[in-house]
Amino acid sequence: MQKRINANILINLQKRFRDKYMPGEKKWELRLYVAGKTPKSVTALTNLKKYCETHLKGQYRIEVIDLLIQPQLAEGDQIFAIPTLVRKVPEPIRKIIGDLSNEEKVLVGLDIRPVKQK
Amino acid sequence: MKSIAKTKTGISGLDDITEGGLPSGRPTLVCGGPGCGKTLLAMQFIVKGATLYNEPGVFIAFEEKVEELTYNVASLGFDLDKLIKNKKLRLDYVHIDRTEIEETGEYDLDGLFIRLEHAIDSIGAKRVVLDTIENLFAGLTNEGILRAELRRLFQWLKSKGVTAIVTGEKGDGTLTRHGLEEYVSDCVILLDHRIINQVSTRRIRIVKYRGSIHGTNEYPFLIDEEGITVFPVTSLKLDKDVSTKRISTGISALDKMFNGKGFYKSSSILVSGTSGTGKTSIAAHFADATCRRKEKCLFVALEESPKQIIRNMRSIGLDLDRHVKSGLLEFQSFRPGLHGLEMHLASLYKMVRKFKPQSVVVDPITNLVTVGLITEVNAMLLRLIDFMQSEGITLMLTALNSGSSEHIDENVSSLVDAWILVRDLESDGERNRAIYIMKSRGMQHSNEVREFLITSKGLDLVEVYRGPNGVLVGSARKAKMREGMAFAKKNQRKHFNKPAKKIPR
Repeated sequence: MQKRINANILINLQKRFRDKYMPGEKKWELRLYVAGKTPKSVTALTNLKKYCETHLKGQYRIEVIDLLIQPQLAEGDQIFAIPTLVRKVPEPIRKIIGDLSNEEKVLVGLDIRPVKQK
Repeated sequence: MKSIAKTKTGISGLDDITEGGLPSGRPTLVCGGPGCGKTLLAMQFIVKGATLYNEPGVFIAFEEKVEELTYNVASLGFDLDKLIKNKKLRLDYVHIDRTEIEETGEYDLDGLFIRLEHAIDSIGAKRVVLDTIENLFAGLTNEGILRAELRRLFQWLKSKGVTAIVTGEKGDGTLTRHGLEEYVSDCVILLDHRIINQVSTRRIRIVKYRGSIHGTNEYPFLIDEEGITVFPVTSLKLDKDVSTKRISTGISALDKMFNGKGFYKSSSILVSGTSGTGKTSIAAHFADATCRRKEKCLFVALEESPKQIIRNMRSIGLDLDRHVKSGLLEFQSFRPGLHGLEMHLASLYKMVRKFKPQSVVVDPITNLVTVGLITEVNAMLLRLIDFMQSEGITLMLTALNSGSSEHIDENVSSLVDAWILVRDLESDGERNRAIYIMKSRGMQHSNEVREFLITSKGLDLVEVYRGPNGVLVGSARKAKMREGMAFAKKNQRKHFNKPAKKIPR
């Protein structure tokens, strides 16, 4: 019991520290894996930006990884389909593959708008 | 026309039945039910490629994690970590979990392609395994995209010029559950793991091999501490070299019955008889004689343990232990029920290839009937005899004939070159043994029935007393001889009193 409380305090401290000293760190860290500028990748990125601006304004960061340039990164996140969107933060990691054309599925998949759903 | 280029798998036997290996630069489909050895075959292909042929390989696992795979094949002596370190091998685990993945809209499998390409290029791989790519079907819902991508994947693999093995789970009435055979059309290998009469047998069959001749039968294969070994055992050509050399039976009196010289080398001999007639003793004498000639003998005991045989033979004055110690005699002892027939045959082949004996004893073959049907046993024995002859090995089989298993005698006897029969003779309240030669191809042999004695100094044969009242054996013979020396011929008396080997013929 004692241990768990300590852990919680630690996590809280971490969060506060991050919010105060690292304002660049966002609550949502999203990573989009693409392979070159294919129509699918472009569509996916456009869609993603649109959703994030609508629902997560100011709280997100998108990192685009082009596997043609950095193929070694595919293993780490277990990428096999392109495009793949990976939600790194908040945990747990979630993945959405495809061009993200279905907004609802993307939002459910990323677990965005939890307040509304509850 | 030039035949297609082939890549050796390094799996012994498989390269024989494929006439040189898998098609180079093309994908091969290996399919079969769960636990049939697909992953192992694929892994052996990669490991052998890396170690024997200096062809680095990439193993993409969809089912097992890298650590699991490494651990699983470590028992076969494959040190994957070392190969990975030396850049001979690359393992990549592709984790696909439907619960973690949401699909929306169009996508392709470029991610997989990129990973594969990266892996291939990073070590200059010539061999690729995808085990098993069908897991994609479990992880992804859009089958339309998947099928199009698979087609593209196999095209791409061909264009990369890598020799690939793609594994697939056997489906209901189809080769693979998701119809992979549709994409991989050059070579398809089917593995099978069957249980017949509670005994498992593994078999391999080449379903198709475009542009090449190949063995079409089902071949048994073995998974043991050295991985997979395939046995192309049905080469039943009758074009073996024959030997005119003669070797001793181990019993000098028996040698005499075989025209004074014993068996032909690399012939097959059947010793059959009812229980307790001394078949194993005859076999042990033969083994002893082989070892005395400083030749190697493999004794396959299906009934008794080696220690039992050594102890029992000591009681008749035969010291087999020293041959075991000097490495000339090797015992292999197992229960027939341990494997199926094919497996027995396969493991026998393996032992013979490893030990390289000049003689092999199988004692007794009759016990094999407990594993298979009589027809199967006969087919197996035929192949066993055939194999031993082709290897130039003298083979002695013993068979117990009592009641139901007499068929074995009849069927095997046409295959063997010599057939010795040991029988019980019961008369005057005692049981004696009689021995005679039913046949011996290519030589003059005795037609006499001899009395067969098991003494503390070994086996001996004495002539039976043929009196006016028929054949007398045992104490009746002794009594007759004692009482009526006048009737007994002079040389017969010599036979009786002196050790057999000093008897002039």
